[in-house]
Amino acid sequence: MRSIRLVLHEFKYTQKVFWRNPASVFFTALLPVIFLLIFATIFGDEKIESLGNIPTTTYYIPAIVTLAVVSATMVSLAMNLTIAREAGLLKRGRGTPLPPWVFIAGRVGNAIVISVLMVVVITLIGKILYDAPIPFDRLPALLVTLVIGAASFCCLGIAMTAIIPSREAAPAITNLITLPLYFLSGIFIPESEIPDGVLSFANHFPIRDFFEAFFAAYSPNTVGAGFEWGDLLVVGIWGIAGLLLAIRYFRWSPRN
Amino acid sequence: MPEPVISIQGLRKSYGELEAVRGIDLQVEPEEILAVLGPNGAGKTTTVEILEGYRDRDSGEVKVLGIDPAKPTRAWRERIGIVLQGTALETKLTVRESLELYAGYFSNPRPVDEVIGLVGLEDKVDARAGKLSGGQMRRLDVGIALIGDPELLFLDEPTTGFDPSARRQAWEMIAGLRDLGKTVLLTTHYMEEAQFLADRVAIINEGRIVAEDTPENLGDRDHLPTRITFRLPEGAGIEGLAGFEKITFDESGPEPGVLAVLESHDSVNDLNRLTGWAIENRIELSGLEVRRPSLEDVYLQVTEEKAGA
Repeated sequence: MRSIRLVLHEFKYTQKVFWRNPASVFFTALLPVIFLLIFATIFGDEKIESLGNIPTTTYYIPAIVTLAVVSATMVSLAMNLTIAREAGLLKRGRGTPLPPWVFIAGRVGNAIVISVLMVVVITLIGKILYDAPIPFDRLPALLVTLVIGAASFCCLGIAMTAIIPSREAAPAITNLITLPLYFLSGIFIPESEIPDGVLSFANHFPIRDFFEAFFAAYSPNTVGAGFEWGDLLVVGIWGIAGLLLAIRYFRWSPRN
Repeated sequence: MPEPVISIQGLRKSYGELEAVRGIDLQVEPEEILAVLGPNGAGKTTTVEILEGYRDRDSGEVKVLGIDPAKPTRAWRERIGIVLQGTALETKLTVRESLELYAGYFSNPRPVDEVIGLVGLEDKVDARAGKLSGGQMRRLDVGIALIGDPELLFLDEPTTGFDPSARRQAWEMIAGLRDLGKTVLLTTHYMEEAQFLADRVAIINEGRIVAEDTPENLGDRDHLPTRITFRLPEGAGIEGLAGFEKITFDESGPEPGVLAVLESHDSVNDLNRLTGWAIENRIELSGLEVRRPSLEDVYLQVTEEKAGA
């Protein structure tokens, strides 16, 4: 009971800090929406033949949802935990009676709430502006994908802090990891434009699999419940690997 | 005798080849303010971080509030407050929010408003931590360390980088903690700070305690010579100055205008002789100054002696 209260306490202040930080609001909450509007404007009228003639705008909804969740979880945690570590805040927290896992749980909770919010916002924008269907029939698949993906990318974000030496290096390293994968995984460019060899390479990394699972949940052409267990398994394995690395290599004291 | 709050015996810690702490023995009694003083790299922070439970040690017996800090428990953490060497604040939270955040971690926190009063931030309650001045940030650091109403407070170089007036304000605040009955372990490299705040001072150099006493008695201060300084006058032979216990000249030797330093264990008589000599030769002793050894002198002497040895 006390632990739950503490997690909520930590979550409340993490939320305050998040919304007061212009960088986190812009990169996590606004940039995915801007990407959606840009891509929909550029490629909006086309249909994608190889994917059963779905409109490109419908394609971009799960693509940008993927980007938004990865950004709210992995990228945000990697950046914010590194910044907090280098500012001495993790060390200070360690010197209080607060159990260390509560400190992390409050921030993971924040990442998941922002992820859910972004899924709702992007899905609604898709419906209102581009008439992309809301996948009510495959809601369970969408939620399961979101939960497994958000949890896995949170673990990967916490693990990433171990290879980020300073707050200045944080944006460079996170971008170096995510941006190429967004291109190779069909997030920025429709996958019909990407060679098969590239796609099967990208399939080894969790962003592509996460996107495919979301795509199955969102696509009006999907037959059945839309669960992509194979893709979710890959995402989950990456997540567990991230968790183990985080437990082994996460540090509370500043490096500099 | 009550149990000491901190007791250390034979503490050692090395980082690879570097022996940061080379056998420290130290006790801190309840409600005492102890200053650990020493130059940078003397082993102050290593020692304090071992006591705070942040670092492990190579050897030695250590008890803090009856517990081995290498195995910190949650109940033990409730009883200590820590101000780290660097300011560590969430810049986007206000003063009140910062204190409320940390208050939530403790089972019996001190009321937030009371702490704001203790650290003198009443006018900045709703200001974001990132907008405070350096001195105000440091006071918020201390406030956060006090929020759990700890018995023992660690202050690691609380005023480094302050201007003199901010430092003076911080001292008044820390001195006020004495009335709360807290035990305080303070590290500093300012002699004046130790003198103003501490009941007892331990000087640490190259990983060892080289002197330990009250600020008044430290390093046998009463037995150190008084320093009488003056400018060597024009046209006066220095023959008259022979026979003093010890006289040294600045820079180039006994040239006119050079600062002469006379060290004396019998300052009343020596001063009488000196001024007698000046009157006799009709010379003015410009820049005449008589100074009892300061704690600073003791500190310099003690740290230099050991470094030279």
